[in-house]
Amino acid sequence: MDPPVFQLTGVSKSYGGALALAPTDLSILAGQTTVLIGESGSGKSTLLRMMLGLVHPDTGHVYFQRVEISPDNVLALRRRMGYGIQGGGLFPHLTAGENICLMARFLRWPQSRIDARLAELVHLTRFPEGGLSRYPSELSGGQAQRVSLMRALMLGPEVVLLDEPLGALDPVTRYELQEELKSVFEATRARRATSVVLVTHDIGEAAYFGHTLVLLRGGRIVQQGTIEEFMRSPADPYVTRFLRAQRTPMDVLQSTHP
Amino acid sequence: MIRRACIAALVLASTLVDAAQGTRPVLRVGSKAFTESVILGELVTQIASAQGLRATYRRQLGGTKILWAALLGREIDVYPEYTGTIAEEIFSGAGLRGDEAIRKALAERGVQMSGSLGFNDTYAIGMPEQLAERLGIQKISDLAKHPELKLGFSNEFISRRDGWPLLRDRYRLPQREVRGIDHDLAYRALESGAIQATDLYSTDAEILYYHLRVLEDDQHVFPEYNAVLLYRTDLELKAPEATSAFLELVGRISAPEMMAMNARAKLERVPESRVAADFLAAKLGLHTVVSEETVASRILQNLRQHLFLVTISLLAAIAVALPLGVVCTRFPGVGQLILSVVGIIQTIPSLALLVFMIPFLGIGSKPSIVALFLYSLLPIVRNTASGLQNIPIEVRESAQALGLPGAERLRRIELPMASPAILAGIKTSAVINVGTATLGALIGAGGFGQPILTGIRLNDVGLILQGAIPAAVLALLVQGLFEVAERVLVPKGLRLPARTE
Repeated sequence: MDPPVFQLTGVSKSYGGALALAPTDLSILAGQTTVLIGESGSGKSTLLRMMLGLVHPDTGHVYFQRVEISPDNVLALRRRMGYGIQGGGLFPHLTAGENICLMARFLRWPQSRIDARLAELVHLTRFPEGGLSRYPSELSGGQAQRVSLMRALMLGPEVVLLDEPLGALDPVTRYELQEELKSVFEATRARRATSVVLVTHDIGEAAYFGHTLVLLRGGRIVQQGTIEEFMRSPADPYVTRFLRAQRTPMDVLQSTHP
Repeated sequence: MIRRACIAALVLASTLVDAAQGTRPVLRVGSKAFTESVILGELVTQIASAQGLRATYRRQLGGTKILWAALLGREIDVYPEYTGTIAEEIFSGAGLRGDEAIRKALAERGVQMSGSLGFNDTYAIGMPEQLAERLGIQKISDLAKHPELKLGFSNEFISRRDGWPLLRDRYRLPQREVRGIDHDLAYRALESGAIQATDLYSTDAEILYYHLRVLEDDQHVFPEYNAVLLYRTDLELKAPEATSAFLELVGRISAPEMMAMNARAKLERVPESRVAADFLAAKLGLHTVVSEETVASRILQNLRQHLFLVTISLLAAIAVALPLGVVCTRFPGVGQLILSVVGIIQTIPSLALLVFMIPFLGIGSKPSIVALFLYSLLPIVRNTASGLQNIPIEVRESAQALGLPGAERLRRIELPMASPAILAGIKTSAVINVGTATLGALIGAGGFGQPILTGIRLNDVGLILQGAIPAAVLALLVQGLFEVAERVLVPKGLRLPARTE
């Protein structure tokens, strides 16, 4: 079995006395999609941002591909990760194309290599070619999210970290993009062992994407495993409650017509 | 590279030539921003020029404090002053009485005082000549016999301890109808009969114009304000011929003569240089050349000086304030300190700041540029800092997560995103700067403040507008220029309206 992409040992974080994350151990397996799930304030985003080196743990260590993340190597390591955030986090003064190619240009990739990679990504995400010259304010929410994804994938990262990537979208777009995203993950994975870490509060989305789910509550991991394990043997009554916490139209029909 | 060397060589050469030819003037004269002082300064300058000495004249500087500091700071060599002002303002609180005490105090600061130029410009009481003649009033004590007279005094005179209260007590004046009135309106009120006596300065031009009788201060209530020249002691050694030239003026100007010169300049709008030249020709038989400039060339000169002050100070402010704004966001603790300091600078009154800088920077454009530079910092620092702080966290983190080094993030992401705020800050500074630069005239830096100051002094609205209108137009132009610059410098993506879904 491949070694884990990320290995977090005893990491914790407090903000001004308020505990965001209790000392926690976590391994992210290579070639898999791991979903961090939980309510707001559960510590899932803090965990993700520790992996990127955006948040420095108060205690413990974070290893990426067996190298400990430190201020000295964090810039180089981040270039081997891709990051996408709710709303896209696009640079408003750059066009979609410039957003995607910013890092490649900074690293002085030859233009032919940039063009080839860009064409590949546009095809992969089914992004309209003409949209590359638009500015973020001229893009729809779904398009902005695709641009954000392309930017994350541009350098061919070993791992993609996504924080509520579909959070700001309307349900229909969201549904479509979930499918697309999944196929993108599979396509990239077919070529190399790309790992994905995804943060969401939507249990349906988590079940749809995740090989492994990590449920957090109040800065602690409650349970870690597949969705089947969550259903079959919940570690805590909270797990069951969380699994049931989302209403579907079926629930409504059942409750009004017993 | 070669070009730069050539320029450096030229600059060096011109400095050497200047030094060799001794273009440094032998005598540098200053004066305050009121007509009598400007005329006296002209007299000193022209009398030295008539001896073939190179003299320069910095006319109508801000006030006593600025001239005194400039004299001590060796920026000027001589300026006209009044004994009362020396005792009351320059050595205020020292309680100097009499010329000997004043001379002693001045000598301790390395300054000499000439003898009186021949007139005493002090407070006086004036009333219409015909009325005074009819009532037989010659002296202030005669007023006591006419309790029915209506008196109108300037507000300053009414409230000053050594003004009306002292006069009333010393002369036991019985008048009941005493009111405060603006000095310029007082003359018109006298003419219409609304008031029958007012306070004035004993050499006011209006005394002649309105046919007023100046009443004798027979009890010597008013302090003496004898006109004198102040010059540094070392001038007698360095430029004895210049010193002896201007000391020729001692005792040569009588009060009526001064009044007549004031009247020509103020009421007939004859340039002070011409007034002074005519006096020297008539009184001392000296013939001097007076050059008079056209309105257009003067406006052009003011524009050049004004733009010089604004451009240099603004460029320097941008170069310093932008990095400071960045520091404010990167190190919030230091940032608080920086913002407090530039904020405090903003509250220093401009005149105080200018006076404070004379010992270090002298007078002229240098201290003005430094003052304008300091006043321009706050808007740029604050807008740069807030522009950077207002970048959404997800955008900032996205840039970090890409692995862009800090300096690159600043250059490629953060500064372009903050550019609308930064430009707005620079625009604010520039517009304020154009207005504030008019104060440069107080300290001899020229610019559009010059005609404004002269206009106020001569009560000439036309002259005031010659400075005020171009300054306002310039401010509008600067504003327009920045709006064009925004279109060029602010990235297109930031100027698009947000998409509404």
